[in-house]
Amino acid sequence: MDLSSINWILLLASLMVAATPILLAGVGELVTERAGVLNLGVEGMMITGAICGFAIGVETNSAILGFVAAALAGAALSMLFGLLTQYLLSNQVATGLALTLFGLGLSALIGQGYIGIKGLEVAKIHIPLLSDIPVLGPILFRHDAMVYVSIFIVAGVWATLRYTRAGLILRAVGENHDAAHALGYKVVRIRLMAIAFGGACAGLGGAYLSLVRVPQWTEGMTAGAGWIALALVVFASWKPWRILIGAYLFGGLTVLQLNLQAAGMKVPVEYLAMSPYLVTILVLVIMSSGRGRAHLNAPAELGRSFHASS
Amino acid sequence: MIQLEKRPTPSKFWTWTTPVLAVALTMIAGGLMFALLGKNPFLAIKTIFYDPILGEFAFYYRGQLLVKAGPLILIAVGLAMGFKAGIWNIGAEGQYIMGAIVGAGVGLAFYPSDSPLILPAMILAGAIGGLLWAMIPAILKVKFSTNEILVSLLLVYVAEQIQAAMALGLLRNPDATGFPGSRNLAQWDASANLELIAGTGMHLGVVAALIAVIFAYILLSRHLMGFHIQLAGQSPKAARFGGVNPTRLVIFCMAISGALAGLAGLFEVTGPAGQISINFNSGYGFTAIIVAFLGRLHPIGILLAGLLMALTYIGGEAAQATLGIPAAAIQAFQGMLLFFLLGVDVLSNYRIRFLRKGVA
Repeated sequence: MDLSSINWILLLASLMVAATPILLAGVGELVTERAGVLNLGVEGMMITGAICGFAIGVETNSAILGFVAAALAGAALSMLFGLLTQYLLSNQVATGLALTLFGLGLSALIGQGYIGIKGLEVAKIHIPLLSDIPVLGPILFRHDAMVYVSIFIVAGVWATLRYTRAGLILRAVGENHDAAHALGYKVVRIRLMAIAFGGACAGLGGAYLSLVRVPQWTEGMTAGAGWIALALVVFASWKPWRILIGAYLFGGLTVLQLNLQAAGMKVPVEYLAMSPYLVTILVLVIMSSGRGRAHLNAPAELGRSFHASS
Repeated sequence: MIQLEKRPTPSKFWTWTTPVLAVALTMIAGGLMFALLGKNPFLAIKTIFYDPILGEFAFYYRGQLLVKAGPLILIAVGLAMGFKAGIWNIGAEGQYIMGAIVGAGVGLAFYPSDSPLILPAMILAGAIGGLLWAMIPAILKVKFSTNEILVSLLLVYVAEQIQAAMALGLLRNPDATGFPGSRNLAQWDASANLELIAGTGMHLGVVAALIAVIFAYILLSRHLMGFHIQLAGQSPKAARFGGVNPTRLVIFCMAISGALAGLAGLFEVTGPAGQISINFNSGYGFTAIIVAFLGRLHPIGILLAGLLMALTYIGGEAAQATLGIPAAAIQAFQGMLLFFLLGVDVLSNYRIRFLRKGVA
């Protein structure tokens, strides 16, 4: 293996790109879970967002319209989950799984005509001065706009949850829905909004894969990214900034693994390719045991249905 | 205004009516989907649900029915036990793969022997392979309270990579030129899992599925462990006061579901699939989740649901061949079924009251 063949600046630069899909999906799921709803359909919403974003992006030749379509598609699909879990009071785990299975089928169906079609060129932003800094410039300041949008979303979520009345109400609904209901908050409506936000973010994350990262459409291209995003929320102990850290650590690992493959490390490609999943499991174990005790930070009503008896 | 009133116990009538209702609703929604694809919806539904059993070419399809239903039922019976107790093993696909790999590996180690003990040894190894793979999330849950949903699911992707590595490396057929994949196990007499009655599709895996259904039925209705499973699912608090050991329950449910999924994989690789290839798995582990719910987590229900789901597979293939309906549409169709099922389930758990405005 030739480690010197790896360009470390390029590796660090691609880290942010590799992290953005799970960052977007993760922060969306975080908001959903803070409202007390466990939506296991992230994978299904991501892949649907990926194909809808790609299809609209290619048809209109506009990445922006593609991302908008992906967010709408993700939100629409999440509303299916919302309708079932919030109004028909179905089991959230089972419904989330159904959403993933359905999303995988639906995306493959929509995507039939788009296999092998070349994606768009999404322009990189050039910020005067900042982009020209040696080393740091290419790593931090020469990406496409979505990378920065995702960071803004994280900052926005953090500020909203921490400093605004809306964020407080959202947390109240997630911690104790009966009390929130007694105070006169519309639990179901608030949860639906949180679910829709989660769906839109997952859709954006998926579209980032198909429009920027790959950029192409292949069936099942999310390859577990949605599940990794769910694990990311546990890793982050339901705190927005930690999602950012987790996503970038994970992105770093992914690009390192890809670079090792390219550098010809004497391990079959398959074993390197499974490393992201193994590391995610390891992180889950560390976070859920010992001092970490992730579940102590989990919203108290996570996964429970709300049914007002009167 | 419509109001939902929780029933003290789920309605018996609706519990068994809702799956039928869900299937009917799925046919309507699926018909709409097929119509959107520009196909005749009535013809499509008939091709999927009627032709494989009673149509002109049914003699060909009927045998396939059991071949597809076998693994689905085998896996779903195991999963249902866990689901009943609130233990979510959703990584059956991975356990299925590992069962097939370990079983095939044990068999191929003795190639080209013709000992009659080889298939039994492979069956045992397949079950153990699936069981051990399921023990990873089980032990992590028990020891570190790690979420078993995420771990079992992530392990599916790991298993898929191991499968690819095996097909290209360790288990690769040394006599083959070029193509990745193991020796054909269905063509090696010592390991072949052949049709027991010609033309029916009845192979050992189908027999195992039927035995599993019977055992699961007895376990759930007659055995203390079955009672503990039901109790833990319906009221975790009562279960703890009643002396149910949650650790044992998790290990037990994961072990059973893992072993059965491993068996399903082994029977598939020695029979219908024939070899370990890069993508030998076909999603049975995920479809079995739908089967388990459609069968109301009840062994007999799962038997019927497995047959129905197998029908959508075969009918889907027929619709693909004759009407050009894409395979993905069938996948979406199956996902829809689970949605409708979970949706109409509200009828069995809640009573619907129509109130006039202002009365409250």
